[in-house]
Amino acid sequence: MSATVSIPTILRTHTGGEKQVKADGSTLQEVITDLEANHPGIKDRLVTDGALHRFVNVYVNDEDVRFAGGLDAQVPEGGTVTILPAVAGGR
Amino acid sequence: MVAGLVGDDADGLSRRAFRILDAVLVIRADLVDEMVAHARRDHPLEACGQLTGPEGSDRAERYIPMTNTDAVSSDYAFDSREQLRVHRESEERGEEPVVVFHSHTRAPRRPLTDTGLPEAYPSEKDIQYMGLQPGVHFVIVALTGPDSGTDLRSFLLDEAGGVVEDEVAVVENYMFAHTGSDDVPDPGARS
Repeated sequence: MSATVSIPTILRTHTGGEKQVKADGSTLQEVITDLEANHPGIKDRLVTDGALHRFVNVYVNDEDVRFAGGLDAQVPEGGTVTILPAVAGGR
Repeated sequence: MVAGLVGDDADGLSRRAFRILDAVLVIRADLVDEMVAHARRDHPLEACGQLTGPEGSDRAERYIPMTNTDAVSSDYAFDSREQLRVHRESEERGEEPVVVFHSHTRAPRRPLTDTGLPEAYPSEKDIQYMGLQPGVHFVIVALTGPDSGTDLRSFLLDEAGGVVEDEVAVVENYMFAHTGSDDVPDPGARS
């Protein structure tokens, strides 16, 4: 199962500047494990204590995985995983 | 000041690296008006949005108001699904975020400013999130009411994570907003 992963500017240091990379896996967890194998260090930027970091938004196709099972979200064959910086602030 | 170097190369990366040393936000007046109008409309809640422009240009062209899903007077968060839609649309147009905007509406009990306005300065939480978008300007509009005065300031983070305030230059259009040492339009710019 192969997915296309869209990488935000801040994480492209891990992908040699690539905007999009391929990764294998049928769940988001597996995709991130495969990403880490090819782009060491990227997992720590996405996952803390077994959950997605609050500073990133991760989408499988059009769905924010926070509303679709988090790391257990299913990634269909040929699916797209998009990572964006979360945008928030306040006191 | 060596601001004349800004815009002298076509390489967005070096331009960005340079801008950190001498931070400038050149922005069209109509885009400033849109941000301020949005801040007034949503007061007392914080308003938020983004300005996109051609990749690597550091030039904001479009204001995109965003839905604040953390709608209280002291916090904001982009609606994540809306953010994905805007991201895809921007990519198709060859654009990227140049500015992230939000308003500060809550005046502290003990005024920190001479004007009595909330401080248009990034909070600790603001700074944590700014760190995710190096090179993006974060504009804050402070106001106390829909008809009050406003204070607009712009910031970005340097490589060490320190807050740098932009010098904000509001212009009617970008054609003559060349920040070089002479007063002629950039020869590369065509209308």
